[in-house]
Amino acid sequence: MSEQRRLRIFRGTRSSGELKEYAVEAGEGMVVLDAVHKIQAEQAPDLAVRWNCKAGKCGSCSAEVNGRPKLMCMTRLSDYPVEQPITITPMKAFPLVRDLVTDVSWNYEVNKRIPGFRPRTPDAPDGTWRMFQYEVERPQEFRKCIECFLCQDVCHVLRTHGKHQEFIGPAFLVRAAAYETHPLDVAERRDFLKTEGGIALCNITKCCTEVCPESITITDNAIIPLKERVVDAHYDPLAALWRKLTGKSND
Amino acid sequence: MGDVRSYEHDVLVIGAGGAGLRAAIEAAAHGAKVALICKSLLGKAHTVMAEGGAAAALGTVVDQDNWRVHFRDTMRGGKMHNNWRMAQIHAQEAPDRIRELEAWGALFDRTADGRINQRPFGGHTYQRLAHVGDRTGLEMIRVLQDKAVHAGVEVHMECTVIKVLVVDERAAGALGYFRETGRFALFRAGAVVLATGGIGKAWQVTSNSWEYTGDGHYLAYDAGAELIDMEFVQFHPTAMVWPPSVRGILVTEGVRGEGGVLRNSQGERFMFRYMPEMFKGDFAATEQEADAWVTGDRMKNRRPPELLTRDVVSKAIVKEIEDGRGTPHGGVFLDIASKRPADFIKQKLPSMYHQFKELADVDITKDPMEIGPTTHYVMGGVKVDAESQMSTVPGLFAAGEVAGGMHGANRLGGNSLSDLLVFGRRAGQHAAELAKRRGRPPASPRAAVDAAVQGALAPFERPTGENPFAVQAALQDVMQRKAGIVRDRSGLEQTLAELERLTERARHVGIAGSREYNPGWHTALDLRSLLAVSEMTARAALERTESRGAHTRGDHPDSDPKQERRQVVVRRDADRMTVRWEAQPELPADLAKLIKEGA
Ligand SMILES: Cc1cc2nc3c(=O)[nH]c(=O)nc-3n(C[C@H](O)[C@H](O)[C@H](O)COP(=O)(O)OP(=O)(O)OC[C@H]3O[C@@H](n4cnc5c(N)ncnc54)[C@H](O)[C@@H]3O)c2cc1C
Ligand code: SF4
Ligand code: SF4
Ligand code: FES
Repeated sequence: MSEQRRLRIFRGTRSSGELKEYAVEAGEGMVVLDAVHKIQAEQAPDLAVRWNCKAGKCGSCSAEVNGRPKLMCMTRLSDYPVEQPITITPMKAFPLVRDLVTDVSWNYEVNKRIPGFRPRTPDAPDGTWRMFQYEVERPQEFRKCIECFLCQDVCHVLRTHGKHQEFIGPAFLVRAAAYETHPLDVAERRDFLKTEGGIALCNITKCCTEVCPESITITDNAIIPLKERVVDAHYDPLAALWRKLTGKSND
Repeated sequence: MGDVRSYEHDVLVIGAGGAGLRAAIEAAAHGAKVALICKSLLGKAHTVMAEGGAAAALGTVVDQDNWRVHFRDTMRGGKMHNNWRMAQIHAQEAPDRIRELEAWGALFDRTADGRINQRPFGGHTYQRLAHVGDRTGLEMIRVLQDKAVHAGVEVHMECTVIKVLVVDERAAGALGYFRETGRFALFRAGAVVLATGGIGKAWQVTSNSWEYTGDGHYLAYDAGAELIDMEFVQFHPTAMVWPPSVRGILVTEGVRGEGGVLRNSQGERFMFRYMPEMFKGDFAATEQEADAWVTGDRMKNRRPPELLTRDVVSKAIVKEIEDGRGTPHGGVFLDIASKRPADFIKQKLPSMYHQFKELADVDITKDPMEIGPTTHYVMGGVKVDAESQMSTVPGLFAAGEVAGGMHGANRLGGNSLSDLLVFGRRAGQHAAELAKRRGRPPASPRAAVDAAVQGALAPFERPTGENPFAVQAALQDVMQRKAGIVRDRSGLEQTLAELERLTERARHVGIAGSREYNPGWHTALDLRSLLAVSEMTARAALERTESRGAHTRGDHPDSDPKQERRQVVVRRDADRMTVRWEAQPELPADLAKLIKEGA
């Protein structure tokens, strides 16, 4: 079973570019990334695109398919009507490198600034800890993040307002939440989240949650609880003192 | 060398998977100034895709487990061909490396008493794989990535190394290009660690990504290092077969570890018929016994035969299909739906559930999966010293999948992730110590750098030359047909002849467009590595006139005890590839006894 599909792919650089239409023979089950690869192999060897796993595990192949942020390797051609061309453009919240590839290095810089993991002293004399499955499940949701940056791409604070200097974006609020909910972690991140993190800039539109390919409930499970903690920390001097003295959170 | 940017470090690590990251962390901990280079973005290396888990005799689930049992399993799984010292070090040090990850923030699944949980896997006597659902590699790489950047390791992403520089017969750095700009960069260093992963992109049906073109194997070969065991390529028994666009994508062994069973088109659990002599007595004899083991009684019952080593299961599947008992799309069935409740499957194997649902419209909690073998892992690689991971070129180290020896003729599932940690750490430590002893790296050989740059740019002078993707596809086609799961002499000779023709075609590929992020150009440059590793595999496979582990010769179906502890060594001699045989050191008496009599 194979049919002709039309793809309009952005080709160009930061200075100039256009949508170019390609026709491909599409086989059963094909995903957008397959079609892009077929075009690359047969018609346009210099078509720039990132990928690695082809199974939604590495978060490399992020782009916008008909304007929606998607992993190209997990987006089936058959989800789109055959009569219409499918439009594929690079993520908009980051500077373009070429074609479908954007410069996502800002994300790596942000990640470096988040205070890293610091464990409490070991629970057992052999230097190990005890944690229960119910305790690890919460952070495990956040640890599923594959760093595809689609949530960053869709968030209006970054996409529309370009506040990359003031806001770390949903992906790194998820990262911070992973640390903060880690049963062993005792590091302090509230000041960071409030100041450099810019957590107040998020106005809970939930667009990030909608696009996350890992179905992480970014807003409800990560951002809102973090916001609450930050507010507590900054308006309750007693709680802050308690944390300082014990190295523990007060919830 | 006008537009070549220059850097200087104590230790240069090429590759940012588990092995490279662990090496970089250790080298930095020893006070070295470290650069880490990778072809993709940080965190996207193959390690991120690992699903099932990391093997280590932690003994948190079964207290009888210890390094001796793990060592024995590894040697038997490797068909006694492993570098025994590496297998021993690995088994002894893996538990500490896993616990260390936990101290760095990894969140493994837990046992009821709050310790790291372990799951059963093929070839492991006891439950031994520390895991996080079916995304263990993601957890591991994230922890290592964060640890490395916080340790001050300098990371250069999307930078591909095309040459390791050798000065006075010692490794002294590497030349690479940035994919974004197409500009070249020279990294001078006192010691170089290769951690580039595998070669699976040389086959058509593969679980490996575009990165797995065997660059590290080629770079070492080009630098004059020796490689061993290149005939041993693991074909993983279970990958998706339908629809065509997902053929080769891995289905974790964790599915069988959690109770999944293999059936042919007649509904028969055929693995009971494929029990090798070596393992008779270790596995369940009936379906009842196997099912009882799955549902919990693991001391009184033996493991299901689905958990035999990968070489055995892959060959069994191929035979079933050949004999006409395959599924409509040329695979066999892997069924967990009839063995486990839906909630259990979704909790233990969430990404498999998602993968089949999204890509194949199959609900694995209701229906069986159609699966077949895929190219997965190379046991062969750079010959290294077991203690230090240094290759036969002083100053050049190798760790992880690019290094050879540890896994012998067949790797056990889960032994790679632990291998990366154990030997990545050792390579990083020894590289840092050596770099300190050597002082500042020597100036790089200008002529060699210029020649490498010129060679790399040559395809741009042939804008109408052949499309590099076409040559790559032709190479994958011949390797798939003639150097796949079952090989024979005439097929391998045809492969070598075809590779010669492809080498000629590769000399004439052309590139249009600019040097900026041009995948056609990247593919043209990767062809060199692909051709070299394919030739190594074909030559070594031709030499080994027996079947052992993952290497199956249709014309020599039996194992030959005389070849058990001998290995094929590949090396460059001027422009020619040479092969020779070498005897491996004998096992010390106590370890030989341990393997024979049990731990
Ligand atoms: C789908 C899948 C599932 C798996 N599941 C498991 C499992 O459950 N348990 C287990 O033990 N093993 C598993 N494996 C195997 C295991 O994941 C790999 O063997 C292992 O991750 C390899 O790690 P590495 O550090 O050697 O290399 P990789 O993680 O592959 O990293 C290689 C690095 O080298 C870089 N590189 C390559 N060439 C160059 C170059 N020329 N210049 C610069 N950089 C370069 C790449 O960019 C990358 O950063 C699985 C493999 C796959 C594909
Ligand atoms: S919920 Fe917050 S982080 Fe998410 S998209 Fe909206 S503003 Fe951005
Ligand atoms: S939180 Fe989700 S959308 Fe955002 S980077 Fe992680 S996986 Fe991608
Ligand atoms: S290629 Fe890895 S997520 Fe798409």
